[in-house]
Amino acid sequence: MSAQTNPLVGHGGRARRRKLTGQVMEALATAAAVLAAVVLAIVLVTLTKRALPAINVDLFTQNAAPFGQTGGGIKNAIVGTVIITGIATAIALPAGVLLAIFNTEFAPRRLADLIGLTLNVLSGVPTIVIGVFIFGLVVVGRGQSAYAGALGLSIVMLPLVARATEEVLRLVPSHLREGGMALGATRARTVITVILPTAIGGIVTATIVAVARAAGETAPLLFTTSIFVGTTVNTDPSQAMASIPMVIFTSSEQPDPHAQQQAWAAALVLVVIVLAGSIAGRLLSLRTRRQIEQVR
Amino acid sequence: MTARRRWRFGDVTLQGIAGLAAVGLAALMVLLVYEVVDQAHASLSEFGLGFLTSSVWNTVHDEYGAADLIFGTLVTAGVALLIAVPIAIAIGLFLSELAPRALRTPVGTMVELLAAIPSVVLGLWGILVLGPFLNEHIEPFMIAHLGFIPFLDGFASPVGLLPACLILTLMVVPIVAAISRELFSSVPGDLKQGAMALGATRWEMVRGVAIPQVSGGLVAAVMLGFGRAVGEAIAVAQVIGGSLTRPENIYAPADTMASRLAAQYVGTATSLQKSSLAYLAVILLVISLLTNVAAQVIVRRIQRRMGHR
Repeated sequence: MSAQTNPLVGHGGRARRRKLTGQVMEALATAAAVLAAVVLAIVLVTLTKRALPAINVDLFTQNAAPFGQTGGGIKNAIVGTVIITGIATAIALPAGVLLAIFNTEFAPRRLADLIGLTLNVLSGVPTIVIGVFIFGLVVVGRGQSAYAGALGLSIVMLPLVARATEEVLRLVPSHLREGGMALGATRARTVITVILPTAIGGIVTATIVAVARAAGETAPLLFTTSIFVGTTVNTDPSQAMASIPMVIFTSSEQPDPHAQQQAWAAALVLVVIVLAGSIAGRLLSLRTRRQIEQVR
Repeated sequence: MTARRRWRFGDVTLQGIAGLAAVGLAALMVLLVYEVVDQAHASLSEFGLGFLTSSVWNTVHDEYGAADLIFGTLVTAGVALLIAVPIAIAIGLFLSELAPRALRTPVGTMVELLAAIPSVVLGLWGILVLGPFLNEHIEPFMIAHLGFIPFLDGFASPVGLLPACLILTLMVVPIVAAISRELFSSVPGDLKQGAMALGATRWEMVRGVAIPQVSGGLVAAVMLGFGRAVGEAIAVAQVIGGSLTRPENIYAPADTMASRLAAQYVGTATSLQKSSLAYLAVILLVISLLTNVAAQVIVRRIQRRMGHR
């Protein structure tokens, strides 16, 4: 074997060059990771810095100030986001869990594959297109409503809940399933009394992550629950409702410094909610995995 | 006895309801495509495929074409990928091969948190922090030193293509990084160790063994990133400036398909305008379906080769 093809024989200048190339490349890869962390830090720090002066009790206890006036808060938007996301969860959670049960317990593998593919494709559909879809389906003729917005968000949540739940259901060891069957229980009884309770942690995690994602979505709300939201708390979902993302979106495009200030404050509130949800989801999912592994 | 019968009945019921959810999913997909295409019907029959090559967007003459928007979409997504892909793959490598164990989880979590920041917040940061910063510091520098390159000469602007490209970069990096990390971790350890045992440096192992093993998956990751960049409406609408004409350089205000939809869909002047906006939604839908299906076909082929499933 020649020295050309056998790296072990390489030495002197060539070996040093190879080592140097390796070190440069490793340094670049590390730099990329550092860069991502730095950018995240910059975004979060400027966000906090600009938002803090506007974070006060009024922000959470007052409704939006009428146009052109200062003061006021985002209480109506917080209530709106909670209600809209709540309704979306009430739609997406059962649908997603049922889909996951169908895929793991009943569907033949090819069908399960096809459903998995469909869910991935659905999660890739731009959220603005979902907005157009819901507008044509629900808003035309009936007007905007929190229900319409929630329907849009539920489409964003569905693939997240279904895929994550399916993953946990597949983690449930098969001997639990077989044990249930061996005791004479039917499939349904095994699913409801054995498998779902084992996987409940994972389902909760999936839901938290999906809720965090949905709470920050703007595009599905833009055409469905954005106009004439008013400046008071509205708890009737058949009417359009204010939401935190819409407050940020509309205020960010105004030259008025007070509006921008409110946008920063609303953005900080939203980011805290979303990041808390993501981090909680991550920690919980580690715990669930460990618990299921113990059952194994 | 009755209990058992009830549970057997329950068996059928559960299977039925769960099956119904699956049927519902299929119906949802079909309905989504049908509804969006139906809204675009008037524009589809009025302009046909010429819509893709015409750059007129005139609400007074009620004439619409998407060429400038397609241009803006391809430039923003393309530049974003150009910057994001090398960085993201490098992050994937760092997380799977280089980082000490103690660092992997925190750094990985950080990248995921970047993905979790809502796009409307990134857009807010883009329009109030990044845009002005680019306008004052980066763009004058680029014009002075890179102005000889076509498309890089012009006047600085706080809103325009460049901030849109960079915000999209921030959104694409976490997606591609997460997938490449998984891909590199899936390369069998004996292949990696084999290369190292032959005296390869870590980089030679990555370049010679790991990257060829997962190149298909990396292509899939890039496609998913492209789909994401093309479909982002909110953050782009906030920073791109919403211009009705084709931008003459990378600093100038422009518009993308998704951003035009976000800006104009509510409060259209004519029904043909609304239909033309729905036409844009159809184009976005087609792009997202193609990129996602193709990416998954690639991923499945790899999984089969690697012996999963």
